[in-house]
Amino acid sequence: MLASILRPPPLIARTLVFVALLGAWELASLAGMVSRFIAPPPSEVFPAIATLFTDNDLVAAFLRTFGEVFAAAGIGSILGMIIGWWLHHDRTAGRAYTDWIAASAAAPLVLLFPLFLVLFGRNAATIIAMGAVSALPPVILKTKEGLDNVRVVLIDVGRTFRLTRWQQVKMILFPASLPTIFTGLRLGLVFALINVVGVEFLIGFGGLGLMIAELGDRFEIAGMYAAILFVVLCSATFFFLTEKLETWLLSAR
Amino acid sequence: MVAVGQVKSARASRAGLSRVTIYRIVALVIIIALWEGAGASGLFFRGVIPSSIFVIAALLRLLGDHVFWGHFGVTLFEIITGFVIGSAFGMLGGLGIGMNRYAGQIFEPVVEYFASTPKVVFLPILLILFGIGVGSKISLGAISCFFPLALSIAAAVRGINQMYLRVGQSLNLTLMQRVKMIYLPALTPAIATGLRLGFGIATVGCLMSEIKLSNKGLGHAAMQAYGRFDIPTMLALLIVIFATAALGNILIGRLIRLPGPTNRRITQLPAR
Repeated sequence: MLASILRPPPLIARTLVFVALLGAWELASLAGMVSRFIAPPPSEVFPAIATLFTDNDLVAAFLRTFGEVFAAAGIGSILGMIIGWWLHHDRTAGRAYTDWIAASAAAPLVLLFPLFLVLFGRNAATIIAMGAVSALPPVILKTKEGLDNVRVVLIDVGRTFRLTRWQQVKMILFPASLPTIFTGLRLGLVFALINVVGVEFLIGFGGLGLMIAELGDRFEIAGMYAAILFVVLCSATFFFLTEKLETWLLSAR
Repeated sequence: MVAVGQVKSARASRAGLSRVTIYRIVALVIIIALWEGAGASGLFFRGVIPSSIFVIAALLRLLGDHVFWGHFGVTLFEIITGFVIGSAFGMLGGLGIGMNRYAGQIFEPVVEYFASTPKVVFLPILLILFGIGVGSKISLGAISCFFPLALSIAAAVRGINQMYLRVGQSLNLTLMQRVKMIYLPALTPAIATGLRLGFGIATVGCLMSEIKLSNKGLGHAAMQAYGRFDIPTMLALLIVIFATAALGNILIGRLIRLPGPTNRRITQLPAR
């Protein structure tokens, strides 16, 4: 009995921790320990989310950002799968370039955005290009990994049935490597989201990132906190959904 | 049988090595040719894609310029400070949620979901808290760096062979002894991976905040060059930034010698 009170289920415990933190923040603000110009209390931040919908056209910004994210991730995924397939297919190319791609996955790719800024100008093309570039490495690496690790016995079964090259790809290589490839696609999508919002914020163009930058520049502190909170919630939900989609797709196979 | 296989693969790799090198040289030549061709083609505005000779000239000029080294020093200080603070907290957090199952159940999803958010959106808050000086850059670098370390260490702690922990229990080890004698050695690969990812991400955090708003540092210098439309200098600065990040990555890999053949390469991808 006591144990279950001291150790509530994780979900409840997590909620309690959040509520306690928000309460402490609110109290600190009420007591004047934290200036509301630095950190406005939750009672001001949460209503400000509603204001974002009415005054700042949050829905349009949201759609715009996610449109850019899907465009970027789409381009990155298609290119990445083609390159990944090539690196699997041409073994010398795989040995020559896989390490480079792996190194670029750990490199601060987003800092290339000034280059795209001068190439494309301050517009959606720069943002989408940057998102696509950041989605590339995980898709390439995971596609190659998935194809490389298809069990030899499966390929041999295909040979026994005298499958054509295309049938071999369609019926054996692709289904067998799908789980790994999908992990790559999911990572690519998350990377695209992070970089799209980041570049929007930096160049002051586009949807949610621009909104945060503008609210900050205008010193609408409560609105700025609300917008940041919204972006955090969006990306967390997005991550959660792609994760669920992945498990669902893999279990449905 | 095994020996034959080894000899065969050794021979293949020796024969393949030169081909791999050829492939790499061809790729570099193609990239440079594409760059020069695009610059000369007139498809882009003049000066947007400067010839690589101008970029190299700009790089050499920078290396002899004491103003550049001032910016470089500021950025290096920010990255290293942010990296050290962020990794210290990340390691502690990772140990905390990895060692205690209940704490892990409560906090790990939170850390995981936060890890997938763009950290740079916190910059306006950090600017209010720490000003436009190095403080806001260091703090963003530290926040970015926290997550890969916490997650990779938490996962590795749970992956520790339970037998070692039970041996530790039988020997009545204290918490500090367990950390020193069981956890740290078992976690070295995860720490190395986390530190390398963290360094890259701390670099992104510091540079992004410099680019957004600052009066010092390489990001600031790059944006100034962009403002003057001095593209060769801007590209030279980007080269310096990427070289710094790569060098840091290699140094961390060297400092932490990785035991076992499986852990030599980073297999985990960062969530920025």
